[in-house]
Amino acid sequence: MSEFFHSVTLDRDKCQGCINCVKRCPTEAIRVRDGKAKIIKERCIDCGECIRICPHHAKLPIFDPLSIMEDYKYTIALPAPALYGQFNNLDDVDILLTALLKLGFDEVYEIAKAAELVSDSTRKLMSQGALAKPVISSACPAVVRLIRVRFPELIHNVLPLHAPIELAARISKQAAVKKTGLQPEEIGTIFISPCPAKVTAVKMPLGTEKSAVDGVVAIRDVYPKLLGLMKEVNIPNEMSSAGRMGIGWGSSGGEATALLNERYLAADGIENVIKVLEDLEDEKFTDLDFVELNSCSGGCVGGVLTVENPYVAKARLKRIRKYLPVSCNRIDDVIPREAKWDARLEYLPVLQLDSNVDAALSKMNEMNEIIARLHGIDCGSCGAPSCKALAEDIVRGFATEDACIFNIKAQLHNLEDKISGLKKGELE
Amino acid sequence: MSQKIIMNFTVPGDDFTRAGEASSAVKRALKQLGLNSDVIRRVAIAMYEGEINMVIHANGGEIVVEIGSDDVQMILTDHGPGIQDIALAMREGYSTAPDEVRNLGFGAGMGLPNMKKYTDEMTIDSIVGQGTTVRMVVRVPQS
Repeated sequence: MSEFFHSVTLDRDKCQGCINCVKRCPTEAIRVRDGKAKIIKERCIDCGECIRICPHHAKLPIFDPLSIMEDYKYTIALPAPALYGQFNNLDDVDILLTALLKLGFDEVYEIAKAAELVSDSTRKLMSQGALAKPVISSACPAVVRLIRVRFPELIHNVLPLHAPIELAARISKQAAVKKTGLQPEEIGTIFISPCPAKVTAVKMPLGTEKSAVDGVVAIRDVYPKLLGLMKEVNIPNEMSSAGRMGIGWGSSGGEATALLNERYLAADGIENVIKVLEDLEDEKFTDLDFVELNSCSGGCVGGVLTVENPYVAKARLKRIRKYLPVSCNRIDDVIPREAKWDARLEYLPVLQLDSNVDAALSKMNEMNEIIARLHGIDCGSCGAPSCKALAEDIVRGFATEDACIFNIKAQLHNLEDKISGLKKGELE
Repeated sequence: MSQKIIMNFTVPGDDFTRAGEASSAVKRALKQLGLNSDVIRRVAIAMYEGEINMVIHANGGEIVVEIGSDDVQMILTDHGPGIQDIALAMREGYSTAPDEVRNLGFGAGMGLPNMKKYTDEMTIDSIVGQGTTVRMVVRVPQS
């Protein structure tokens, strides 16, 4: 595994070299080079915006095929709460969970269940005053990665607890080892995911050395199979064991409201997330205890691996939650070890011009000189998202001013003038 | 002699919705330069407070920021009414901000005190009827 893995790949035949993804990327991590979109791996936060925006469907999310189940003797399905919102007229979550067994899984462990444990742990840690306020949710892997590259000052505000998926995988695997007597590697924990960022979170985890999740399959892959299987379920098994709070995590605001504390803010959509983080960094919010941030609009229901419109899915989650108990899962007084991060989040200064401040200053001066020479219309024809980004690429040594078509045009005009000047000279 | 970056801003006095843009731009530059994150935070907050003050009280003005590897200097100049009593203005909770900006959460009387708190040096020169110049310096700790 290279130092940076990302959950997006490029279909080179489909990529037209347009700059839709380049312009959309919130960390300016994409450039068009030799007619194809390339990702600057250190900068990518796996938000999936390029996958969403690409009009040619050339940006493809990476996830595991459902056949990954065959690699294990015993398999545990870990359905995201967002999955519950994909189906029309689903009143009873048990029908869906039973259908997952019919699909071939030996066991189902709802992520909503682990979410309630994370909520309870967060409530306890906050009431103990153990966390720096405002506490920033660590559930969305794209947000955590964004903070790591762009907002170092906020790293110590990030909730040092694993996302519910990680906790669900750890708890369910431990229990299955006990129950079956199998080795941990013979048991497969398979996440049914709305989001490719979770693939990266599993392969290159933050907050731990190794993830307990063994496979990540896409909701949109499993969805058509489940539709058929759900119809075959006559009497569902009584399986569901999560309440309103856990299922609420599937859409924006769910995690925050589960803290039973009114001093929260919940923002979704990567642009909004960035604005909130900038304001947090400037200490513009003084009365906040908790900040929930989701990279996708609507929260996890807005993930690129889902099927349904996120707002429809959100409305459905609301309906499913309606007559459920508030919460079904609690921790003891002590926060379980497997819920806590076992590695620190470290700042990754990839946006810096140079690790030496003096060198960075001279590069920035050089950059400003280049910007003054460029046309300034941010056309993107050079393959960079803006003239400023091109100037930055030039001082970093990744591009030259000849990448700018306006510069080339000016040079041509110059040449033309010279030639016509010469001709004139000849005639006289 | 190490290099310096000079950034010039004109702060418009007639559009309150644009207040804070200059300090955001400086913050972005400081991050790109890789300055100590505590320095970035202090500069961003102090300059933001100063910029807001210029808009609320003085109909805008000009800001010159000089970034070096040793320190960041901010000079905020306005041509507003000036400050009658600087010592009083420096007192926490004292504010002459109008109601319409108080509704937005400004006017708590913490602007100047915060600017002083977050910077290593601050001087205010003000002539009533002519304007105010605030000079602030945040020093970069040398490792």
